[in-house]
Amino acid sequence: MHLAYPAVLSALLFCTGLYGVLARRNAILVLMSVELMLNAVNLNLVAFDVWLSRAAEETLHSGQALTLFTITIAAAEIGIGLAIVLAVHRNRGTSDIDKLRDTAEGHETDGPDHDAPTAGQAEKAEATA
Amino acid sequence: MSPTYATLTTAADTHGFLSPTGVEIVFLLVGLVTFGAALVTVTTRQLVHAALWLVVTLGGLAVEYLLLTAEFIAWVQVLIYVGSVVVLLLFGLMLTRAPIGRSPDADSGNRWAALTVAVASAATLVWVVVDAFRTTWIDLDGPAAGSTRVTGESLFQNWVLPFEALSVLLLAALVGAIVLSRKAKAESSSPSVNSRAETGSSPSAPDSRNHPIGRNGSSEGTEPAEQEGAR
Repeated sequence: MHLAYPAVLSALLFCTGLYGVLARRNAILVLMSVELMLNAVNLNLVAFDVWLSRAAEETLHSGQALTLFTITIAAAEIGIGLAIVLAVHRNRGTSDIDKLRDTAEGHETDGPDHDAPTAGQAEKAEATA
Repeated sequence: MSPTYATLTTAADTHGFLSPTGVEIVFLLVGLVTFGAALVTVTTRQLVHAALWLVVTLGGLAVEYLLLTAEFIAWVQVLIYVGSVVVLLLFGLMLTRAPIGRSPDADSGNRWAALTVAVASAATLVWVVVDAFRTTWIDLDGPAAGSTRVTGESLFQNWVLPFEALSVLLLAALVGAIVLSRKAKAESSSPSVNSRAETGSSPSAPDSRNHPIGRNGSSEGTEPAEQEGAR
């Protein structure tokens, strides 16, 4: 099989996930797009591992081991991310990322909530995780 | 190392660009389905449909793993992603009271900037990848490169320590998810014995962080009602 097929498919899937992360508003849809990006990386790892396991005599199968690790970390990430999204939804009544802009500069229209940036930081950390 | 690369280049001479094998055709078709489902996932306005199209995408990727002879990864993909991650996402959609029908505010205002960035990066990545691996071929004949036996042997001979570290990470994620969801519930529902015992046992930093959020949420209590009215 030509190596360009899985490589191109994984590049396209990664960019689809990138578009989803940048353009989506709901935090759970952003998490779905993050999953798409992680899966693109997994496809790349598997394709290159299969290629290298034929090219070299001794291989550690590092691509497949890394794929399993990535799948596990993605599962942990989705659990933590959903817990954070649910906590934010419970506290604020929304899972809309665009409304969680308490840390934005020059945007102090929300009144005396000095402590709200922690929720916004948690949300942004989750969105970039 | 060098004779294997020599055989690789001679193998590349026997292949042709315009004569795809059956595996390549199947890979291309499944890849088209996968990519189309991914596009629908990131563009649909119905949130539950996005999760269901994500199932198609992940299942298509499992088929691609099978075509690349990585069968163990394929079944792990089906088990973990299709089995648990999508179910978690659907639970998250339900628990955040996502609208069932079309939601007009699924995309934010910067979608054209996002589209520009995505298309530019896709063009760059595809160009680089095609240019770099134009004459590289995967030899899929012979024994499978990713059967359960091979993967298990390499995992438990060479990757034992990262495997164990990963299990610790999973445990930490489990405990973290429980703490994150449980503390907020104790905060909102009943500030009785449960929360007092928890504040006694937990360190003070997340405690002092959590109280003002609860106060803030109670001060913004009109917002969910407005949102429900808007929906």
